[in-house]
Amino acid sequence: MTPFQRCEGVVVPLDRLNVDTDQIIPARFLTSISRSGFGPNLFYGWRYLPAGPGGAAPVPNPDFELNEERFAGAPILLTRRNFGCGSSREHAVWALQQQGFRVVIAPTFGDIFYQNSLKNGFLPVVLPEEAVDELFQAARKANALQLVVDLETQTVSAPSAGLRYSFEIDGFSRDCLLRGLDDVALTLTEADAIRAFETRHLAAYPWLARDLNATT
Amino acid sequence: MTKTLFDKLWDTHAFADREDGTSLLYIDRHLINEVSSPQAFEALDLAGRRAWRPGSSFAIADHNVPTTERGFGIADPLSRAQVDALERNCRNQGIAFLGMADMRQGIEHVVGPEQGVTLPGMTVVCGDSHTSTHGAFACLAFGIGTSEVEHVLATQSLRIRRMKSMRVNVQGELAPGLVAKDIVLALIGQIGTSGATGHAIEYAGPAIRALSMEGRMTICNMSIEAGARAGLMAVDDTTIAYLRGRPHAPEGELWDQAVAYWRTLKSDEGAVFDREITLDASRITPQVTWGTSPEMVTGIDGLVPDPDREPDAARRESYRRALTYMGLAPNTPIRAIQLDKVFIGSCTNARIEDLRAAAAVVRGRRKADSISLAMVVPGSGLVKEQAEREGLDRDFVAAGFEWRDSGCSMCMAMNADRLSPGERCASTSNRNFEGRQGAGGRTHLVSPAMAAAAAIAGHFVDVRELGPGEQR
Ligand code: SF4
Repeated sequence: MTPFQRCEGVVVPLDRLNVDTDQIIPARFLTSISRSGFGPNLFYGWRYLPAGPGGAAPVPNPDFELNEERFAGAPILLTRRNFGCGSSREHAVWALQQQGFRVVIAPTFGDIFYQNSLKNGFLPVVLPEEAVDELFQAARKANALQLVVDLETQTVSAPSAGLRYSFEIDGFSRDCLLRGLDDVALTLTEADAIRAFETRHLAAYPWLARDLNATT
Repeated sequence: MTKTLFDKLWDTHAFADREDGTSLLYIDRHLINEVSSPQAFEALDLAGRRAWRPGSSFAIADHNVPTTERGFGIADPLSRAQVDALERNCRNQGIAFLGMADMRQGIEHVVGPEQGVTLPGMTVVCGDSHTSTHGAFACLAFGIGTSEVEHVLATQSLRIRRMKSMRVNVQGELAPGLVAKDIVLALIGQIGTSGATGHAIEYAGPAIRALSMEGRMTICNMSIEAGARAGLMAVDDTTIAYLRGRPHAPEGELWDQAVAYWRTLKSDEGAVFDREITLDASRITPQVTWGTSPEMVTGIDGLVPDPDREPDAARRESYRRALTYMGLAPNTPIRAIQLDKVFIGSCTNARIEDLRAAAAVVRGRRKADSISLAMVVPGSGLVKEQAEREGLDRDFVAAGFEWRDSGCSMCMAMNADRLSPGERCASTSNRNFEGRQGAGGRTHLVSPAMAAAAAIAGHFVDVRELGPGEQR
């Protein structure tokens, strides 16, 4: 996993509640066996105008925030409660990353999306509603508000607007992100503990040991 | 010390605790589908790793499979590549795989319990958010992403923190004609789609105990729509009766031993939850969603809300957007909403009981001419077979419905079944997000009987007023 320490750049305000993963990346783009190629389909239904007949190339919707010139290449997304709710698709995180995002800030996240983000070196920052409100206001005033998100110090700041907030993240995830650890390799260092637990567990509940390859 | 059901499940599976508050959680059962697994298998192969305990996993292709003319295979090359990759990866890693041609194929959350792959007391994970369904069997069951799929394959565990616990007490009795779907939609309407974020919800109370396993699965299934990681229900006679004789359930002495343990899987008297909520089942009416989030829901007697009367600014804006997308004017009576299509299916409502309820409404009637398509997609090949034995397929076909093969189908429109832009659908699935059933499509979530009634009337009606179809 790519390490995450700090990110500095323009924030895109996406003032919507409950942005679900079907909006982040619609299901019809999930028929892929690779991890790449999702970026252009990020927020597809909002980002492009409804397709005309004949399946012509999609036309960007000028009213969608992401399409504004001042936000081109911005690495930070600011949004409202419950971002990433709905399906477990990790493709949502891949699509955001492949579009150039590295951080998303919201008051709450869908639980699975939050986990998926951490596994990909993508930082979900939880800030209180009031802080998110203030950031939205600052973003609206500025043409393109610059933010600094620092995982080391666990802070988000907007120097030009004089704003600064701390955020919480659990120690394990923070450590993995900062060092870019591969968590499978990390867990496998505990293989002996897993094996010992498994032996005890399957002895205590022997019906769990059944091999599902066994025909019935 | 008194424990909640969640505590019991957590404590029997968590080990290797760390100071940062995380533990390794041992995973008993891993369900695998074609959409969320290819990148996980690829990463496993690249690292030269093998599945830790391949016999604990179970794979099914369900999201992409066609629901008609299966004999011709999958027309879309990308979908076909995903299903082929699943089969190849499973063979490679020694994991049991149910292919499209298998009689038992179906939606993973229908097939798992049906085959006894899901058993009480297990931790069950799957790269799919509706894994919460399996909690109806007193399992700690939750959806994971692709990286975690890889992690579970490689280590049989996940490093996570304990969830918070919440109990939803459903008191009283449902009125006749109302079902589990109405309970869970009413709950989501009350607490919102992030109402249970970070929590495992245990459902309790007389209205839950009175439900069949099918109904209980419907409720646990939609826990994710309330933001919960998992839904849980205690074991009782209904649970045990459902499991007896299932292909992968234990037998003989092992069965007795398992049952004795399973019966302990309930919250102790006096156990303390982080949050408790009470719902009165007797006050619930048939639920219909009007917007683009499952929390945008009301009773059949209700009206589409007026955004201007919503005090919270962010919510007001989201109501406005939803009404624009849904093509609905404020204050429209729910009953006046005309439909184009009807979908009966999905891991929420495609079990035998759901199909019986819908068939009982349509029997001896015809769908309205204005309904261009009404389709029934059984949750599994075995559900389909059972329904055909009971003659339900003939009731549907005689009423002008299409009777399909099993799969996810128009729940998420990954296969050929989808809405066209602007089309409006009554659906028994679980998500009414923008474009969920096809780009530009408009989804209203309802129970199977309400969907059937809407197909007959051409608009929403109270199924209790329409009354049952012909008796058999
Ligand atoms: S039926 Fe729908 S919700 Fe259920 S697993 Fe399939 S796509 Fe997901």
